[in-house]
Amino acid sequence: MNIVVLVKQVPDSGSERKLDPSDNTVARATADNVINEMDEYAIEEALTVKEAQGGEVTVLTVGPDTATDAIRKALSMGADKAVHVSDPAIHGACAPQTSAIIAAALSQMEYDLVFCGAESTDGQVSVMPALLSERLGIPQLSGARKLTVEGSTARVERQTDGGYWALEAPLPAIVSTWDTINEPRYPSFKGIMAAKKKPVETKSLADLGIDPATVGLATATSTVVDFAGRPPKGEGVKVPDEGDGAEKLVGYLAAQKIV
Amino acid sequence: MAEVLVLVELNPAAGGPRKTTLEALTAARALGEPSAVVIGAPGTAAGVKDALAEYGAAKVYVAESPEIDDYLVAPKAEVLAQLVTSVSPAAVVIPSSPEGKEIAGRLAIKTGSGFLTDVTEIAADGTATQVAFAGQTIVHSRVTTGTPIYTLRGNSVTPEPAPGAATEETVQVTISDAAKATRVVERVVEQKSSRPELTEASIVVSGGRGVASAENFSIIEGLADSLGAAVGASRAAVDSGFYPHSFQVGQTGKTVSPQLYIAVGISGAIQHRAGMQTSKTIVAINKDPEAPIFELADFGVVGDLNTVVPAATEQITARK
Repeated sequence: MNIVVLVKQVPDSGSERKLDPSDNTVARATADNVINEMDEYAIEEALTVKEAQGGEVTVLTVGPDTATDAIRKALSMGADKAVHVSDPAIHGACAPQTSAIIAAALSQMEYDLVFCGAESTDGQVSVMPALLSERLGIPQLSGARKLTVEGSTARVERQTDGGYWALEAPLPAIVSTWDTINEPRYPSFKGIMAAKKKPVETKSLADLGIDPATVGLATATSTVVDFAGRPPKGEGVKVPDEGDGAEKLVGYLAAQKIV
Repeated sequence: MAEVLVLVELNPAAGGPRKTTLEALTAARALGEPSAVVIGAPGTAAGVKDALAEYGAAKVYVAESPEIDDYLVAPKAEVLAQLVTSVSPAAVVIPSSPEGKEIAGRLAIKTGSGFLTDVTEIAADGTATQVAFAGQTIVHSRVTTGTPIYTLRGNSVTPEPAPGAATEETVQVTISDAAKATRVVERVVEQKSSRPELTEASIVVSGGRGVASAENFSIIEGLADSLGAAVGASRAAVDSGFYPHSFQVGQTGKTVSPQLYIAVGISGAIQHRAGMQTSKTIVAINKDPEAPIFELADFGVVGDLNTVVPAATEQITARK
């Protein structure tokens, strides 16, 4: 079983995140960058399938040179090797362009299953499986809270409001995972050491046969016009409960005409 | 007047369109004259047409086939792309559910267009407003390529009635084999609830780690029911097993934007703020006066949720 996991490096959602006012893109150079949290569940699921069925897990990432940290994290968890697409021309690419780059990279690889996190904590667009499905003509099994692979068929429980949809598709397919699907392992010391020796292949847009003029900020299909910080909220009221907390609360709701 | 296509999202539990559809019809009027697009099983349009007329649909494109619901996302994107090609709309507006976003993405690839997800407002010139980074940054964006496609975040726009002719036009549906790759074998409802859906509710009452147990979430549910509200939970409460994941509000859960958000026993970590910061009015109940949730709250009570919340529930119920 050849398994590819898509990994994205993002600014830590627990730290302050900003857009760069010079070109309105995510300020990655100055950010506290980490592997996208939801991707760890995708890696764990890929390793689980590999452990049950044999095969190899390859990490694929598109991002600047600093994204090697995210790749090392995935390799230290147990992935076997990595492909890192890095090219200055990619800066500012939109989702459709990024999907074209990932699709081109995947087309140069062998895969039965492609995994990714159900969303990235920076963009939160959550549509990469749909875009890749469209471009590669492989089925999407997105939003999984459970996966089973039997022979050449994958079955997924797609998490929905108050339940799930049971999905089924032939391999090769792309699966995206929520944090309900498993509990990602922590890299062991041995895993961290081993990761340093695992092969990471770097590819440019030229290696993928993509014209740099078709991707990046200048030709992106959408653009950020401007941005601003959220206007600060006016000072709220904070009252202590001195046996009358409920009354004060209901009084406030009544004044707001809510009750 | 320019035609704007609005994809109808159905409410399978209650019948009719989801409120998000009426919001999308309202938002679309900034760009032109909305036409609703109904894609579903035969008979679907009949159940939604009156509501679409009431909220300004000039036309209702009806694309019905027994096969559409058998497969995930792709058939709807295919039908919508065919329609975009034939009517050349000024824009497409889609309710921002997981399925809606995936349809938007596929439609963008098929039509060579750009798309913007989770927009909260669309201006007449096509500029959309988005909220980024846990609600801290307000972004204005534009689609620069092809037919602009927007997904509209629920509860961002107040639905306003405006009579429309709702003239029916039948769309021939042929689904390619490529769009039949992912089969939907079954749709399973595990939690039947009489409460409003979290992302649609005008009031949300959420509990956090301070609620202390799954059993004690009945306090949260009691307050929610007295207000006709939806119930939410913080990640800490979900990770502790107090409440199911599908009710999680925050960075890795749902984003809600109700008229009133009541945070009970929630400290207000950035992970949680990401999902509720744009609520109109925020009320917090927490025993720790230093809890960061109070920085967001319009009104806060420093006290024990176990006494304040049941007493408040009782008083609200008594007022009815």
